Amino acid sequence: MLVCLIRRLGQSLLVVAVMATLVFVAMFAVGDPVDILASPDADQFERDAIAKRLGLDRPLYEQFGLFVWRALHGDLGRSFVYNVPAVEVILQRLPATLELALVGLAFSILIGIPLGVVAGLKPHSAAGRSIMSGSILGFSLPNFWIGLMLILLFAVELRILPAGGRGPTTTVLGVPTAIFSLEGIKHLILPAVTLALYKSALVIRIAQAGTREVMLQDYIRFARAKGLRPSRIIGVHVLKNIMIPVVTVLGLELGSMIAFAVVTETVFAYPGMGKLLIDSINRLDRPIIVAYLMLTVVIFVVINLIVDLLYAAVDPRVRLAEAKG
Amino acid sequence: MADYVHSDGVAIAPELPPEPVAPGDDKGESLLRRHVSEFLKGPGAVAGLAVLVALVAIAVLAPAITPQNPYDLSRLDIMDNVLKPGEKLGSGITAFLGTDDQGRDMLSAIIYGLRISLAVGAISVVIACTIGASVGVLAAYAGGRVDSVVMRIVDLQLSFPAILVALVLLAVFGRGVDKVVIALVIVQWAYYARTVRGSALVEKRREYIEAARCLALPKSRIVFRHLLPNCLPPLIVVATVQVAHAIALESTLSFLGVGVPVTEPSLGMLIAHGYNYLLSGKYWISTFPGIALVIAIVAINLVGDRLRDVLNPRLAR
Repeated sequence: MLVCLIRRLGQSLLVVAVMATLVFVAMFAVGDPVDILASPDADQFERDAIAKRLGLDRPLYEQFGLFVWRALHGDLGRSFVYNVPAVEVILQRLPATLELALVGLAFSILIGIPLGVVAGLKPHSAAGRSIMSGSILGFSLPNFWIGLMLILLFAVELRILPAGGRGPTTTVLGVPTAIFSLEGIKHLILPAVTLALYKSALVIRIAQAGTREVMLQDYIRFARAKGLRPSRIIGVHVLKNIMIPVVTVLGLELGSMIAFAVVTETVFAYPGMGKLLIDSINRLDRPIIVAYLMLTVVIFVVINLIVDLLYAAVDPRVRLAEAKG
Repeated sequence: MADYVHSDGVAIAPELPPEPVAPGDDKGESLLRRHVSEFLKGPGAVAGLAVLVALVAIAVLAPAITPQNPYDLSRLDIMDNVLKPGEKLGSGITAFLGTDDQGRDMLSAIIYGLRISLAVGAISVVIACTIGASVGVLAAYAGGRVDSVVMRIVDLQLSFPAILVALVLLAVFGRGVDKVVIALVIVQWAYYARTVRGSALVEKRREYIEAARCLALPKSRIVFRHLLPNCLPPLIVVATVQVAHAIALESTLSFLGVGVPVTEPSLGMLIAHGYNYLLSGKYWISTFPGIALVIAIVAINLVGDRLRDVLNPRLAR
């Protein structure tokens, strides 16, 4: 197990290092930040001063060394727009995005499991078939357009939910959250549902396949023979058994929820990390882009690492293959 | 890993037992003809294919059939801006789907937008498929270290969501149809590489490859003339569905403002334009391009779904 842990940890660090290099090179290719920082009528002398202040006059390898050194100390530069450390700006927006992603995850379970179980119990019925074709739509329809249509329906026509933004927040344990006020919840519903649609299609498919498989098991037949009510068979015996794959996949998907939030947050003008990324790309605020990317890479690597280690913990074959290879 | 749904979402579907087919009832038929007749048995897929053909025809014939050239700024009249569906333009044309903020007839804009969306989707898939399939089949044939290095790269790339990778690439490249295509190729090639490698690993152990080796054929000929063609069926399925994903991804990127330039609006860009008007109840600018997008995507998915059933190796005799 230890060999496996060290090996995996090393691979993760390698991924972070590779991504850091790619991000650095990419940002170098984006363009000269001096163009954005200097006023249009600045002369060469002023421009040189700015370049010197940012360390852009040094050779590339030195800049890269400096970038790595500072990144290791948690310093990814100051935002050009906000003039505060980029990491600070990102971390300020992180709770909003996490809240959205977690509520979205909850919604995708609430939507996906019941539909998936229904489709799994009666796979050849009209309901089962339409749920499964509906889930294909959930995979393939452009998410942002669904979000717009939800705004049109619930905010513009019916006027029962706000069209965007984040509701008032209350601070709980030092983290600002919107889920403890009615207004806050109202603001969360549409973005969270939009974000959840894609994942609920995935949950439907897993739950449906799981239900079909579980229903054929002997213990279900036995439960029936015992005279248990169908609601109990489904609620206890089926649900418990299909939750394992659902939870595994959703754990993996949390990272991609955060990435997908970029789109949802833009549609709903939700002040999270994703909206910040889009704004920063449009304003060429390099340090924020770098900080966002590095943070996301770390989140992804950590999630993948945890999942890999959990697999290795439960499956000896994975462990052995690692130790040998 | 996190994004495997794009290519493999379909694979999660329950595996239905193969339908029993009486031996010999397809004698004398070519494989292609059998596949075609099998395909035509699915009513949804035939409808999807018909819609798809119609959409492609509309997109190709765009200049001939649109009431207005939406790119010709001299033809646009700012007085016509944000007309409701069914109102008449100053030039006497009826705007059945309304007009946008620049007085563009939405129907014409959607047809031209469809053209760009379909073209970007198809071209990026063809390029990505060519690159990915070549890499995948070579990795499988070479095996050993080459294989494991290539597959590590593929895994690494697939562990990040396509949307994020494409977003960053376009932030670096800047806007442009060609740049969108490049970004889509970069995020897609890995799916094909993985798909082809999977089937190539199986095919590689078959006797015909061994026979080809015994004939001392050049390696490139074995790989591309013998191995690759036999790995095509799963590739075709993935590629079909991937066209829909590429179109959706392009529209999302354009909506976010990093995709195609304003001068060549794709469907996603049209939807983004309408976003500002949506809140004041002017629904048509965003809604209709979206519906066009949905129709295209659903049609491609119906076809892809049926192809998967038809080309399923478990059903192959």
